Amino acid sequence: MSIIEAQHVIKRFDRFTAVDDISFTVERGEFFALLGPNGAGKTSTIRMIYGFSPLTSGRMKIFGLDIGADWRKIRSRLGVCQQENTLDPDLTVAQNLIIYSRYFEMDRSVARRRAEELLEFFALTGKRDAKVMELSGGLAKRLQLARALMAEPELLILDEPTTGLDPQSRHQVWDRLFELKKRGLSMVLTTHYMDEAENLCDRLVIMDHGRIIAEGRPHDLIIKHAAESVIEIDGPSEELRNYVKNHAVEHDDLGERLIIYAEPRGELESQVREKFCVESCRFRAGNLEDVFLRLTGRGLRE
Amino acid sequence: MNRLKRTDITLRFRHIWVRNLITYHRIWKVNFLVPLLEPGFYILAFGLGFSGLVGRVNYAGMQLEYTRFMAPALVATACMWNSFFETTYTSFVRMYYQKTFDGILATPVSVEEVIIAEIVWAASKAMAAVAVMLTVLIPLGYANFPGALLCIPLAFLGGLAFASIGMFFTGLIPTIDMFNLPIFLFITPMFLFSGTFFPVSGIPDWAGIFSLVFPLYHLVELTRFLCIGAMESRPLFNLAYLLLFIMVFGRLALGTMKRRLIK
Repeated sequence: MSIIEAQHVIKRFDRFTAVDDISFTVERGEFFALLGPNGAGKTSTIRMIYGFSPLTSGRMKIFGLDIGADWRKIRSRLGVCQQENTLDPDLTVAQNLIIYSRYFEMDRSVARRRAEELLEFFALTGKRDAKVMELSGGLAKRLQLARALMAEPELLILDEPTTGLDPQSRHQVWDRLFELKKRGLSMVLTTHYMDEAENLCDRLVIMDHGRIIAEGRPHDLIIKHAAESVIEIDGPSEELRNYVKNHAVEHDDLGERLIIYAEPRGELESQVREKFCVESCRFRAGNLEDVFLRLTGRGLRE
Repeated sequence: MNRLKRTDITLRFRHIWVRNLITYHRIWKVNFLVPLLEPGFYILAFGLGFSGLVGRVNYAGMQLEYTRFMAPALVATACMWNSFFETTYTSFVRMYYQKTFDGILATPVSVEEVIIAEIVWAASKAMAAVAVMLTVLIPLGYANFPGALLCIPLAFLGGLAFASIGMFFTGLIPTIDMFNLPIFLFITPMFLFSGTFFPVSGIPDWAGIFSLVFPLYHLVELTRFLCIGAMESRPLFNLAYLLLFIMVFGRLALGTMKRRLIK
């Protein structure tokens, strides 16, 4: 049984359609990502998963239960780490965890033990009596993650967990998420960081303007929509332009820069290297960013 | 407006009440100073400065000392300020700036339970403030013992009324400084014209009818009845009005707050 089943889900706000007929499933134990630029409809989708926003139309089933009818049962098995800091600034670090457990009606001694474990896991034990207002962004996010895990959820929902964090904090969060993945926890993540999705997720959908425009495993998507190997050439010559046109090479011409999608160590790559790479060529592996930019266009967005 | 399902309201709201209590616990010593000292200030000011001007007040066929007439109204207005401020400014901060409700709405607690918890909490706070005031007023002889103790549960009821209408405004108001509007247009006239500083029977009938609309008038009457054993109105009528007010504005508060919170 799938842990999330979304069928033809639509979310409208007045005349604006935030989520425009999307369908996807997430399997138990999977780390699934919703990837997309700001305003793509990721957060709206996430909010429908945990029953914060009602669906305009379509069906959303979590653990096989309907979110409209069984929201309370579903939410008691979910952990949600929201994008904004929703921690209680009036309470201490430890109190934040304990009070939260009460909303789930957890047994008190279980909650206390669980809080200690999580403080340990997120390296927050030393801060247990600190006021939330005194925490840095990275610490606050770790506490928010700890809080989401208090009721031992079967599914963890993460809405842009690393947005706004410094590199150290980001990696700390990633390490924890890796660890949770190893333990078999199902997770859904939204992000606009391509590397985050690529490194962490088993499978993802790319959203844009409320629609799903691609779905698959990160590596498969790279091969399908970009290439395993990418060559970037600054200030391409006419000669190179003619060459790629004549040889029907997969490429994007950005004017000042030409991007060629190739196979790693292939014929094309060596040809380009020999003939055109006198000055500035960059050889690198293809990534989700290439996929994303190719699918959604490179223009500036509102 | 949104449908209301019976299954969406359970006793789970008590956990948010506890959350508010724990938060309040950190500042309660400061907060309790207000109800402890406030009646003293008023009684001093009106007793020393004002009663020389007014002498005695004709109320319910009695000749009352001005401070004795006014003291029960202080209890009722304290109940009003405490509960109304809690579901307006304080709830707004929790909802809008601290995103506390958003956090709670990711747990098995419904939006209705969040709203009800806020209203019940505000009423509880009003009740506590009134209890503290009575510890001053009873020994000073401004409230009968033990009858005046019934003002404590009454303050809970009155608190529900003011908290409901406060929550209703919180659901409507776009920014926090806009609370000036309901305070200026509703709370201030209510504070002045609810038989608080002068008996409603002393003013023209057309103005007296106006007072009947204010929940504070009914609470002042009941409080005065419990404190000094005299009133100009009928207690059951006052109680019924307060209950009706709670039901109407409680329902409206759920409506405006749900529209605001559910996106």
